[in-house]
Amino acid sequence: MSTLNPTLEHAGHAEHGDHGHSQSFFFTYIWSTDHKMIGKQFLVTTLLMMMVGGGLALGVRWQLARPWERMPIFGDIVFAGDGGQISPDAYTMLFTMHATVMIFLVIIPVLAGAFGNFLIPLQIGADDMAFPTLNALSYWFMWPAIFFFGASFFMHGGGPAAGWTGYPLLSLLSEAAPGSRNAQTFWLMGLTFVGVSSMMGSVNYMTTIINMRAPGMTLFRMPLTIWSMFITAILQAFALPVLTAAGFMMVADRLLGTCFFVPAGIVVNNAPPTVGGGQTLLWQHLFWFYSHPAVYIMLLPAMGMVSDMLACMCRKPIFGYKPMVYSMAAIAGLGFIVWGHHMFLSGMNPALGMTFMVSTIMIALPSAIKTFNWIGTIWGGRVQFNTVMLNCTAFVSMFIIGGLSGIFMAAVPVDIYIHDTYFIVAHFHYVIFGATLFGVFGAVQFWFPKMFGRMMNETVGKIHFVLTFIGFNCTFYPMHMLGIAGMPRRYADPYHFPYLEHLLPMNQFMTAAAFLMGFAQFLLLGNFFLSIFFGPKCGRNPWGANGLEWTAPSPPGHGNFDIPPIVYHGPYEYGSPVAGDKDHLMQTDYVPLAQRVALQDH
Amino acid sequence: MGRFWAIFFVLTAVIIFVVSWISPSQNWWFPGDGLAHSTLGSKIDDLFYLILVIVAVTFVGTNAALGYALWRGATIKQDEKVWFSHGSHSLEVIWTIVPSAILLFIALYQLDVWAAYRIKGFVKNRDGSPKQIVAVAEVTARQFEWRIRYPARGKVLKPTPQPDDLYSVNELHVPTGDLVSITLRTDDIQHAFFVPELRVKQDAVPGKLIPVWFDVTDTREYEMLCAELCGWGHYKMKAKLVAHSTEDFDAWKDQVSAEQFDDGFRKPAE
Ligand code: HEM
Ligand SMILES: [Cu+2]
Ligand SMILES: [Cu+2]
Repeated sequence: MSTLNPTLEHAGHAEHGDHGHSQSFFFTYIWSTDHKMIGKQFLVTTLLMMMVGGGLALGVRWQLARPWERMPIFGDIVFAGDGGQISPDAYTMLFTMHATVMIFLVIIPVLAGAFGNFLIPLQIGADDMAFPTLNALSYWFMWPAIFFFGASFFMHGGGPAAGWTGYPLLSLLSEAAPGSRNAQTFWLMGLTFVGVSSMMGSVNYMTTIINMRAPGMTLFRMPLTIWSMFITAILQAFALPVLTAAGFMMVADRLLGTCFFVPAGIVVNNAPPTVGGGQTLLWQHLFWFYSHPAVYIMLLPAMGMVSDMLACMCRKPIFGYKPMVYSMAAIAGLGFIVWGHHMFLSGMNPALGMTFMVSTIMIALPSAIKTFNWIGTIWGGRVQFNTVMLNCTAFVSMFIIGGLSGIFMAAVPVDIYIHDTYFIVAHFHYVIFGATLFGVFGAVQFWFPKMFGRMMNETVGKIHFVLTFIGFNCTFYPMHMLGIAGMPRRYADPYHFPYLEHLLPMNQFMTAAAFLMGFAQFLLLGNFFLSIFFGPKCGRNPWGANGLEWTAPSPPGHGNFDIPPIVYHGPYEYGSPVAGDKDHLMQTDYVPLAQRVALQDH
Repeated sequence: MGRFWAIFFVLTAVIIFVVSWISPSQNWWFPGDGLAHSTLGSKIDDLFYLILVIVAVTFVGTNAALGYALWRGATIKQDEKVWFSHGSHSLEVIWTIVPSAILLFIALYQLDVWAAYRIKGFVKNRDGSPKQIVAVAEVTARQFEWRIRYPARGKVLKPTPQPDDLYSVNELHVPTGDLVSITLRTDDIQHAFFVPELRVKQDAVPGKLIPVWFDVTDTREYEMLCAELCGWGHYKMKAKLVAHSTEDFDAWKDQVSAEQFDDGFRKPAE
């Protein structure tokens, strides 16, 4: 690959490598306060956590395909006590920890932590984050979280087993489940540390984006990635304290004998009746007040990154830049008033149910607008079908399915039937895995050259994409059918019920597909780690993209830019008529005033 | 190669569409005979199918647009100019107004069904008068079984247990025809009452008494399960709902009462 801007290229090579010599290995790779290194640390950590979470998921799928059968190889090591098979107890721990790891240690940190850190200063033309030390801490606070989640698995009595939602009283009274002894306290501590880590990121991002933009980088010249990270940071800042407070209330209930969530007179497992006038529903409200916005924390940054990548790969400006921004803002705003849609069946006031239902249905609107705008971006473009584009297209096409299935559940009467069945599982996997994770795969491939100065392998990338895409759809699409057939989620053995028996072959098919998808991820890891050392070297701007990050050397040194950038126009001037004989304008390319009418912001 | 990928994505959409289409014929659809055996349940199904149609049309439309855009993007020549556009205000207005109209329609259209499920006065007879709801039983969930308490024949259900109450475990007996209600509670943690073929589901929340009403249209047995994670035995909180005709229901009560109050001593044979 050659760069489209040879002058800058040469400047870069001279610069390159001068930095870093002065610093020891420890300060360069371990305790680094450089946002790029922290981003890479987050990326590597989350990719490895993805393998852990994936392994747990395969355990869950094994049980659904071959219930109560001895598991080859792993069974004798992990489940030796149960004769090599997964006990119903272990099953609840498996899906609880699968979801916990995937949500709190993979999706949230990979988006905000890895890409947020790496891209924000580069794309707004800053030399680093506003608070570099805080930034390093936000990474290092992941480790206590990983430790607590990990250790909780090995507690006496077993790991946390109350689902990733941790509803009391199952998660609160130690008689209710073996895992609800110390394991659940550890789980809550893990949650708190993840929260602390996100919070540090969140304040940092907000401050950086507000204060440290390069000259000329007005709010409406920011790439959509930055907008999405900004809105995500705001969401986190408002929603997270609620979860943290709820977590501490639960810890207090468990350790100090308070009764925030414990009603009086409950008898679990013949233990003496509980005292206290708490409300279990309080947890659900507090939890979803965070976790509903959190589903957008898991999605918005990917939406932003995909917008950037699509525009570049189609050599076209993003279609409807401002509507994209407004719809993200609308999603964030509405996101705060729809949490109750997770609780339609909890016996809350039916009038409240109606408001939640109407607001939930309306949140589908900004999502629809975004989808149409992505299609508009591809429309009439000169599409480069590389790995990045394929993953981004998968993002759009999977998001269509995930968004449409949301409408069934948003219609409350239908949700009466659908709630807590596999239909829900299908829906959120289509959104979180189908959309977000494909977006992340694309982003890894797209920004890898900027991160490491080398390209990832296209062929391996494409094979990984195809296997993952096929595996994904074969695993998760049939879940819609399971849900319609009435198969509840979190059942160790659905075939215990005659009306579900005929679904066994379908589950076996899905499990096979899941294993295919799981193994395909080794291709990603291999491609990633090998390319760090052996990938072909690349210049500053291998994709011919026009964001500020592509004017910096690959990889950028300390302080990012050799010439402090000045921004003259918006981020998507591909194929612009004012570009003359070039096919795109960098954001730093000066355009005479007379010609600016053609640009995004005049 | 670009064309191949355009086809790849379109084909995925086509396969997904076809799989969804043939699912009912493959028995990958609503449980049992595929019909809801309650009045409200069939309304839920109607709503489901209405949304299915809307969603299917949207799915086909958006995927056709996506596929076409990809195909064009793949066939454009390298020296051809792309369609340089920052967006279109009128398109933006159209694709804001049309979906919001459809979504608003769905939101308003379904309100009645939800109201009938949760608000008593909204359950109507044919002539529009509010329907009478008969309280048949108190259903108590606990790890990992269902305990059910009925009033004696001819009595009404009292909030507290009465000496002549009748009991059953993991079997809920109800008469068909009438709108019956159960009072749902839990002894320990949260569970959820779920009868798939009636499309009824309701969480049982610690410290709360929640009324659930439904009618059953056919005298049969239905499977009844727990839909909210409640521990390792969640999957085996298995029970059945037995729907009787009104006479059979009374006969069943007589029989249970005879069994329950039998002290084991019988009159000596004469
Ligand atoms: C935009 C990105 C979205 C994400 C990341 C997302 C994610 C999720 C997740 C993780 C859950 C399940 C939580 C759980 O119970 O474990 C969920 C449930 C739900 N989602 Fe979404 N979703 C998205 C879009 C939508 C849309 C567009 C709608 C409606 C039009 C929607 C409606 C719902 C409803 C109603 C539920 C609750 C269903 C139930 O538990 O009964 N979602 N979503
Ligand atoms: Cu939600
Ligand atoms: Cu249960």
